[in-house]
Amino acid sequence: MSDTVTIKRKRGLDIMKVREDFPILRTTVFGHPLVYLDNAATTQKPLAVLEAQDRYYTTINSNVHRGVHFLSQQATEAYEPGRKKIAAFIHARHTHEIIFTKGTTESINLVASSFGRKFLQKGDAILVTAMEHHSNIVPWQMICEERGALLKVIPVNEKGELVLDELDGLLKERVKLVALNYISNALGTVNPVREVLRAAHGMGIPVLLDAAQAIQHTEIDVQELDVDFLAFSAHKIYGPTGFGVLYGKEEWLNQLPPYQGGGEMIKTVSFEKTVYNDLPYKFEAGTPDMAGSVGLGAALDYIQSLGMDNIRTYEHELMAYALDALRGIDGLRLIGEARERAGVLSFLVGSIHPFDLGEILDKQGIAVRTGHHCAQPIMDQYCIPGTVRASLAFYNTKSEIDALVTGIHKAIQLLG
Amino acid sequence: MTIQEKQDEIIEEFELFGDWMEKYEHIIQLGKELPLIDEIYKTDDNLIRGCQSRVWLHAEARDGRLFFTADSDAVITKGLVGMVIRVLSGHTPKEITDADVYFIDAIGLKSHLSSTRSNGLFSMLKQIKLYALAYQAKSLT
Repeated sequence: MSDTVTIKRKRGLDIMKVREDFPILRTTVFGHPLVYLDNAATTQKPLAVLEAQDRYYTTINSNVHRGVHFLSQQATEAYEPGRKKIAAFIHARHTHEIIFTKGTTESINLVASSFGRKFLQKGDAILVTAMEHHSNIVPWQMICEERGALLKVIPVNEKGELVLDELDGLLKERVKLVALNYISNALGTVNPVREVLRAAHGMGIPVLLDAAQAIQHTEIDVQELDVDFLAFSAHKIYGPTGFGVLYGKEEWLNQLPPYQGGGEMIKTVSFEKTVYNDLPYKFEAGTPDMAGSVGLGAALDYIQSLGMDNIRTYEHELMAYALDALRGIDGLRLIGEARERAGVLSFLVGSIHPFDLGEILDKQGIAVRTGHHCAQPIMDQYCIPGTVRASLAFYNTKSEIDALVTGIHKAIQLLG
Repeated sequence: MTIQEKQDEIIEEFELFGDWMEKYEHIIQLGKELPLIDEIYKTDDNLIRGCQSRVWLHAEARDGRLFFTADSDAVITKGLVGMVIRVLSGHTPKEITDADVYFIDAIGLKSHLSSTRSNGLFSMLKQIKLYALAYQAKSLT
């Protein structure tokens, strides 16, 4: 096994072969081969994931944990290894620090609700950044409103980088938790999370990382980062939709009250008193998404068979190629010019509306996203209604970037 | 020309074009012919929701007929708005509320437009019909 890994790492990725693992990439759109550049919204699924889920439903499906019968035990044995794989993937100390959720959004809502109810008092604050996705703003706003707390914001400069000079001052304002994205979905900025963690921890403040756009692009070691909470979605890392993860340090998770009540999350229930279950089940009320765990487990196996470092090296090269190519287009303006970037290219061309540009690209088979990318505050800061966003995955090729450039030129001809 | 005749005219125009790029060129051209809304009417009240791009629509009644002016910050949207206005503007409120707007389907636009775009288009159609309804109600009282 280790020999094959070494060989693969030496060789790097054979992209054309990798593409064969993703059946959807053979699609044609309006007579053109699909160029899928909307990976920040969701990634495509390799056969390994599709087959694992299919196998689960065809041969194992049954409710987990409580069943005495054969299938239920099989299902539990298929379901729980997913948790182990995820723990290993992000280097968690304990498997029970992995909480299964519906996705990043639910993971953040869980922490906002449970942490907020336990620790937020009137006049306290939660600190976010000006480039958060709505799902890392609104849950905090809701709990702050409920608890009489304030939402404070780390500003972002013109280049789309955090203004860290203001961090220490902001942290002193009764901040109880810092919540920020690792990589911005709207700008592609890779945030200096280590510096934020150091500063926050220096004052005993925990940090939640929204890793929705990072988990698929960069290796994450939660122990080395020493991050307190980390949230991500399976569907952005080549796994199924509707499934996600909250990692939390055991000592934090043990202090938080449950998020939702129901089956699974209890030890004993009587009308007088309910005793909650241990981690991770305390936070997993109701029948879980069994196939989701199986699917994400298969996705992580698949990614590791390619090699996370191979993926990072290739994506880095592709990003550099794409940046060069886009900068060569007259009138194209990148939104977000952070020194460290990954995954996402946000841009505008001349005075062309992003919606128009997106539509003309679509007619050429090129899938991009247009709009505010659920990050209205940062769009407001740039005084723009939105951008065109091309987002990359390891199955994208340089010739697809060339197709994007040709597509943009054609759109300029038509719209400019 | 009746609403139906105007729609058939647009359908015929689109039959001249072979590929979708030509159709879009034509849509964009139609946007340039759109009766532009007066800047003073470009208010939030006249903004139509349900679209990634912004559309302002203003209605005016003259001699029992409704006339529409509009604008959009996106040129394809502007073209689509232009077509709808070309079809419905200058008719009586009753003709407008009764109108069966079929040209969007007939030129194959619906299947080519992104769902956000066609949702926007349909909320504009709805708004135009609402204006017509409101005008009818007002003239009855």
